Amino acid sequence: MIDPQMFQLVCFYAFAAVTVVAALGVISLRNTVHAVLSLVLTFFSTACIWLLAEAEFLAIALIVVYVGAVMVLFLFVVMMLDIKQEQVREGFIRYLPVGIIVALVMLGEMLALIGVRAMHQTLMGANPATAAGVSNTEWLGHALYTQFLLPFEIAALILTVGVVAAVVLTLRHRTGVRHQQASQQVLVNARDRVRVVKMAAVTPAPSPAPGKETTP
Amino acid sequence: MGEQILNQVVWPIIYILCIILPLVIAVAMFVYWERKVIGWMHVRMGPNKIGPLGLLQAFADVVKLLLKEVILPTSANKVLYYLAPLLALIPALAAWAVVPFSDRMVLANVNAGLLYLLAMTSLGVYGIILAGWASNSRYALLGAMRSAAQVISYELAMGLCLVCVLVLAGSLNLTDIVHAQAGHKGILDWFMWPLLPVFIIYFISGVAETNRAPFDVAEGESEIVAGFHVEYSGSAFALFFLAEYANMILVSFLASILFLGGWLSPFPASWGFIGQSGFLWLFVKAFVFAFMFLWFRASFPRYRYDQIMRLGWKVFIPITIVWVLVAGCMKYFGWVTVGGL
Repeated sequence: MIDPQMFQLVCFYAFAAVTVVAALGVISLRNTVHAVLSLVLTFFSTACIWLLAEAEFLAIALIVVYVGAVMVLFLFVVMMLDIKQEQVREGFIRYLPVGIIVALVMLGEMLALIGVRAMHQTLMGANPATAAGVSNTEWLGHALYTQFLLPFEIAALILTVGVVAAVVLTLRHRTGVRHQQASQQVLVNARDRVRVVKMAAVTPAPSPAPGKETTP
Repeated sequence: MGEQILNQVVWPIIYILCIILPLVIAVAMFVYWERKVIGWMHVRMGPNKIGPLGLLQAFADVVKLLLKEVILPTSANKVLYYLAPLLALIPALAAWAVVPFSDRMVLANVNAGLLYLLAMTSLGVYGIILAGWASNSRYALLGAMRSAAQVISYELAMGLCLVCVLVLAGSLNLTDIVHAQAGHKGILDWFMWPLLPVFIIYFISGVAETNRAPFDVAEGESEIVAGFHVEYSGSAFALFFLAEYANMILVSFLASILFLGGWLSPFPASWGFIGQSGFLWLFVKAFVFAFMFLWFRASFPRYRYDQIMRLGWKVFIPITIVWVLVAGCMKYFGWVTVGGL
């Protein structure tokens, strides 16, 4: 019979393989829409891996925020672009050294992080949520709103400032554009638009019968 | 070993079929009911030729759609063109996994149920965008753009409505949310009273999320023919149709579960049969909401695109943000009873 541990491991490698292949697709596919879609797949399979690690809140938040909203806007923009596929690949050789440097620095950082983690075995202790007998989401909520309240609020403030800045930067007041004022539109009542005129019904004079037509 | 396979594989598949098959039949009957209701509101008969009272009309339509050829437009993106209807349908069906029909009558009683629903409903937009882009048609692309903008805008308002519910209920689990609405005061314990503006906004956002009239600029027959699925025919079109109606029924069920106490009976338990809680009550409540979808469609003219955006961003989102604070105060100061306490 299938061993649960074994099955989990198989699933992990399957999701990880999909993530890596999709990530490679992002940078190698010729069609930009296909590239964006493989980025979506990368996010989705990353969320699956996080679900395996019992981080269900992070996994679903990743899907809601990135897959559900950010990537839709990405797709939106990419669909609107009229890109010649060959032009995109022109700078490949030119930017290759920069890309390799960035990749090497990232690799070094990740290895250092893994090294630090490996030396401090206690850092990756038992899952505190399981130990407390609550779900991952509940534990995260408690931690965020008690232990990490100040960083959490600061992050929220920074994001709000970012939103305000984005709105201010892109807000253009064009002159000569006639906007509709919804607040004034709803104040209109029927009497301003339609005038009902009461008048006596006028019967048209009976036209003379065709037979008795008098010629001038 | 055989028992393990039975418990972990066979029974879940049977449960899934117990949800999906009635859902598909419900969609067919809902389409029939829609045509009948709109017919009556137009002082027409509606379908009445096939089967008794025209009841088999929907099935005749399904058979007809399945027998038609699926046409691929010239220089359409073949893979994405065929993938798009599936991407629209899969989240619409997957969301049903966490919907509780009655106490313990739920396929997956997950703790993050509300988040899962939000994730699944936000995935449905990919089917629409890709259908519009892959069919290599101007009308389809315009419909997809409108639909994407609209769904993203109203998803925010919808998410904030769900935040209000979970603040009051103190749980993301849908079964717990229904239990939080039980109490001695019966109908007055339901979340629709403390969250009345949010309840209304949730349902209107649900109508907008499913691209139904009066928010159906994505289809807009008079301007862009049929929007994102204008190039689809046969069974591919049927899948879009199925996804849209499954989503409508889902929104109806969720509005009942989140705000109207799900399967709880509105009457005291001493009233005999109608006082008992059960899935029939959930179906009755969901039917009322599903009927309102049709009622809206036959009553209201289509919103203009900028009016839709104004309503979503400048009216709904501010109101829901304020009501999150109000709900927090209600919970903190104990102005609202949760779970009969």
